[in-house]
Amino acid sequence: MIDMALWIALALFCAAIVLNFYRAVVGPSLPDRILAVDTMYMNSIALIVLFGIWLNSKDYFEAALLIAMLGFVSTIAVCKYLLRGDIIE
Amino acid sequence: MLDTMIEGVIAFMLIAGGAFAFIGSLGLTHLKDFYMRLHGPSKTTTLGVGCTLIGALIYFSREDGPVIQELLITIFAFITAPVSAHMLAKSALHHKLKPDPRTRGNPVELESERPRHTIEEAPQGDSPLP
Repeated sequence: MIDMALWIALALFCAAIVLNFYRAVVGPSLPDRILAVDTMYMNSIALIVLFGIWLNSKDYFEAALLIAMLGFVSTIAVCKYLLRGDIIE
Repeated sequence: MLDTMIEGVIAFMLIAGGAFAFIGSLGLTHLKDFYMRLHGPSKTTTLGVGCTLIGALIYFSREDGPVIQELLITIFAFITAPVSAHMLAKSALHHKLKPDPRTRGNPVELESERPRHTIEEAPQGDSPLP
């Protein structure tokens, strides 16, 4: 049962990442592209966790946590740059 | 019996997480302007990723005691998603992105761009439904 749910979830997350990539390429404005990349890293966290379930290994949570923290910091940094024209004033 | 029930809960959590994340990304692709597109990822995708992580938490807690690292990622995602959505909205207002003409009400930052109107006399616009 878990195996099939795993495959369905993997397919849904891959489709979600493809849609995010479309918005990141097409997106008419800069905040659109930042939002698309932000969503893409959130989805990739879930993909890595699903991969860990598939391999039955607990070693992938550090990678997921690192992606979460670095993605948040980079989103805030780019938004700050768009708002102020500078990151550290 | 209990094992089957726990497996069912894990499978439900994984599929629900995938479905929520997919719907969020569908909203990111299909909605009309940036202020609408901000809703899908910042709420729905966060919930989907949280569901998946909680399913993984139950999966790894089955054999040898509770594992809480996944809960850490879930809490982190739920704390940081509103902050990044707020910053994105602020930068979009700073860049004066055009809202959809059917949007009611005016934020102060876009005051000079659009005529002020009340909710009753809001223009209907000619853009088709998203």
